[in-house]
Amino acid sequence: MRLIQSIDYAAIAPPVALGLTAVVVLVADLFLPPARRALATVISLAGSLVALGFAAWLPTQDARHTLCFPGGACSYAADHFTAFFQLLFLGALVVVLLLSLTSVAEESLPTGEFHFLLLSSVTGMLVLAASRDLLSLLVALEVVSLPAFVLVGLRRGDPRGSEAALKFFLFSVVSTGLTVYGMALVYGVTGTLQVDGIAAALAPVHAAGGAKSSLAAAAVVLVVVGFAFKVSAVPFHFWAPDTYQGAPVPVAAFLSTASKAAGFAGMLVLLLEAFRPYADVWGPVIAVLAALTMTVGNLVALRQWHIVRLLAWSTVAQAGYMLVPLGIATTAGGRGAAELHTAVQATLAYLGIYVVMNLGAFACVAAVVRHSPRAGVEDFRGLARRSPVLAVCFALFLTALAGLPPGVAGLFAKLVILRAAVHGHVAWLAVIAAANAVIGLAYYLRVAALLFDLSSDSAAAPAVSGPLVARRSRTVWAAVAVTALGTVALSVDPQLLLHAASTAAASLRHSVAP
Amino acid sequence: MSVALPLLLGVPAAGAALLAAVPMSERRAKVLGVLASGATLVVVLVLTVGFDFGAASRLQDGVDVRWLPAIDVRFHLGVDGISLPLVILTALLTLLCAIYTVGSVPEAGRVRQLLALVLLLEVGVLGTFVAADLIVFFVFFEIVLIPMYFLIAAWGGPGRRPAATKFILFTLLGSALMLVGFLVIYAGAGTFDMTALAHAHGRGIGAAPQLFAFVLLLIGFGIKSPMWPLHTWLPDAHTEAPTVGSVLLAGVLLKMGTYGLVRIAVADVPDGARRAAPALGILAVVGVVYAAFACLALVRSGDLKRLIAFSSVGHMGFVLLGIATLTPVGIQGALIGNVAHGVITGLLFFLVGGMKDRFHTSEIEELGGGLLAKVPVLGGLTLFAAIASLGLPGLAGFWGEMLAMLGAWSPAAALSRPLFIVLMAVAGAGTILTAVYFLAMLRRVDFGVVTARWREAPIPDAVAADLVAWVPLTVLALSIGVWPRLVLGVSDAAVRGLLR
Repeated sequence: MRLIQSIDYAAIAPPVALGLTAVVVLVADLFLPPARRALATVISLAGSLVALGFAAWLPTQDARHTLCFPGGACSYAADHFTAFFQLLFLGALVVVLLLSLTSVAEESLPTGEFHFLLLSSVTGMLVLAASRDLLSLLVALEVVSLPAFVLVGLRRGDPRGSEAALKFFLFSVVSTGLTVYGMALVYGVTGTLQVDGIAAALAPVHAAGGAKSSLAAAAVVLVVVGFAFKVSAVPFHFWAPDTYQGAPVPVAAFLSTASKAAGFAGMLVLLLEAFRPYADVWGPVIAVLAALTMTVGNLVALRQWHIVRLLAWSTVAQAGYMLVPLGIATTAGGRGAAELHTAVQATLAYLGIYVVMNLGAFACVAAVVRHSPRAGVEDFRGLARRSPVLAVCFALFLTALAGLPPGVAGLFAKLVILRAAVHGHVAWLAVIAAANAVIGLAYYLRVAALLFDLSSDSAAAPAVSGPLVARRSRTVWAAVAVTALGTVALSVDPQLLLHAASTAAASLRHSVAP
Repeated sequence: MSVALPLLLGVPAAGAALLAAVPMSERRAKVLGVLASGATLVVVLVLTVGFDFGAASRLQDGVDVRWLPAIDVRFHLGVDGISLPLVILTALLTLLCAIYTVGSVPEAGRVRQLLALVLLLEVGVLGTFVAADLIVFFVFFEIVLIPMYFLIAAWGGPGRRPAATKFILFTLLGSALMLVGFLVIYAGAGTFDMTALAHAHGRGIGAAPQLFAFVLLLIGFGIKSPMWPLHTWLPDAHTEAPTVGSVLLAGVLLKMGTYGLVRIAVADVPDGARRAAPALGILAVVGVVYAAFACLALVRSGDLKRLIAFSSVGHMGFVLLGIATLTPVGIQGALIGNVAHGVITGLLFFLVGGMKDRFHTSEIEELGGGLLAKVPVLGGLTLFAAIASLGLPGLAGFWGEMLAMLGAWSPAAALSRPLFIVLMAVAGAGTILTAVYFLAMLRRVDFGVVTARWREAPIPDAVAADLVAWVPLTVLALSIGVWPRLVLGVSDAAVRGLLR
């Protein structure tokens, strides 16, 4: 084997640009006087925008593959699928950076470390979306997770933060262990780490049946479990509420959007490229996970009185909706390439809309909540009196998450999900998803209605005491504005995103085709 | 592309946005509310004048713009003979509500926000009636919920919170099932376009999916209509809602359910409709009888608003029976029943609202008797509205009940005639019970002597703004009663096209 690979630097430009920025921020922080700490955010933003530029430029070219092995298989693919996720991650990163400026200053988080960890984690995500072999995927997944543990516990001297970080760490390590074990079994059965190769090798194993096939099936399920943790699917979700609540709000926003999307990126590559022959095994598993995740997430969210916990459980439920289309692989009829393409498109479209609206919801929370562990849902009563614009934006995000007009983007997201399920002949899952959408409405609308409760009893409530302040931070407002405009744009012209999701899904399918 | 429909939605939307965004005095808000809803009615009248009544079965003044090509959703609007009467009714009732608000503001105040919500509600209802794409229909159907929720939750009576929650949960559950029903239709027929679907008459959708879709739509629209036993949210919502909320709820919101049932469920999945029609007929008639008994109980000691809410369940039972017959006559009866109920029950809720403003109660016991003696105009109008509501021939309420029962006498060929004749007989008994409780109500509230409690109290009779709001409805109830072709003539061709 040739030991020196030729590398297409253009293809890997986004992660390289962001990784370099991470190092620059860490070093620059050492030399910056404390008063000029905001410069770290500026550098990070600039680096993210450069990476964003590269990521936006790449899909205008032909798909590039690099880090290839002799024989043609490549570890890194810069295709439309990769570009879709990279743009999503980087867009989310920009919003999180805007959110964190005030938070970092107020909670006296270490500026350089915060930005370094955040950018490192996203660098891992950029690689994860492009990885096409098991080892790269695993390493990228760890690069995503390790900085996140530290980010969660970055608030020094806060026991809640430490507890959140520890819980997150333990759950993550166990599930990664299961993933590694599954990957080892897959390697044992197929003798290759390349996703294309695995798919080619698994097909005859599945056809032959027997003990070897059962082993492969077990391996597939183990790998699925590892990613189910990352997307916080029930029953691997226990870490999410505590972690989100204990973490600074921008970090919670980051974990619930970019980090969850990263889990989906890895899961989609593995399920649809490597484990395609075993769709009859993972399909039902995903369908059950989806049903459980939606139902448990929504039911528990009904009983939450803490705003971040409520949003945390809502993100659990939302992950369930995103899994629904993948569950169509249950039936024999649902395994056709066309149906699966529709399903992947639906998941990607939902994911894209979800990232925008969920970031918006967290941005609204960050705009009023000084100290997250104490902010109850009740504290948002009558927000419209203090800040009508913010209340309208928050209501827009909540209705979008609920899938209700005026948040039409959310409705379209639910629609493509349900359509994929009905198209794939899994009507029962569609019915469960629809019923869950109704349960979800109850708690989203409860909060939305509180915002506009202007009755006299709320007028007496203190406006500026307690954990709530109407922040005048321009960056937080910018984050709210960006996400609100995004939600409105996706409501008026959802085709933009659906088209991108379709090409992204198509590029996954084609890399499997011989 | 015509500008009438964009204007129809744009004018009230602009009014709502202006009222919501710009701080202004209460007086100015009232003027703006009347102007915006008045301008909407003018647009509707222009639309009516330009409407080609010779081709009422065709969708007219259409707007058709690509919205979401990936799943073939188009922003497609249009009016035909079925939707036009409902569009007129909606615009008229909204204007009357705005006028009524000039004279009497709910206790919670905040007229500007109230009128903004009323106009937003109008956008949603009008959009629902002119939508020609299932998803557009759904979006407007849902938009209606938001203002209605806030109308109940912010301006309602003492039990408003649970009532508003119940209202929204019930209707949202219905909407979600309805959306799944739409998707089942889409999975079979491959389009969301309502004209194409109505034209296809269920072609491409298998027998089982048709039944499944129809049942889902029946639950969704049945909750809205409301159909027994899915009506339980309605009495609470009506009792707690402010007057304009009750008027719009009864006058136009409930119509969205029966309209959807005719326009989408019966037209797009006719096979499913045929198989489920007996069940729909039975539920409809049970609703008629159930509502009558509930009202008989309420008339002894209960809330007048609640009584009228239950009477709505009975009236909508007749509408549903008409739909269940699947005949042109029955569906015509349903449509005229729809409009008549909107006019008469809208008027009744206005009148009860007027009583509540004056006596600060709507409990029959506390009101006592002698309304006619104490406040002759209010009492006289109540007498008229109650008589119209019980279905006296010559007034609007009669035709819906009569045509529904006529349809049941000879239902569509695929349906069991003996069953429907039994249903007709039971419904007929229901009309008698309806007459009994309305007359009992009149005896207890309208006639008799003024009780000691109110004898000395200075209670003003109807003022000018009240009369401007109430008299048009009275005139309409009379004219539809005398000349039913006002509605039937418009919808006839469209209904025949629907059933073909």
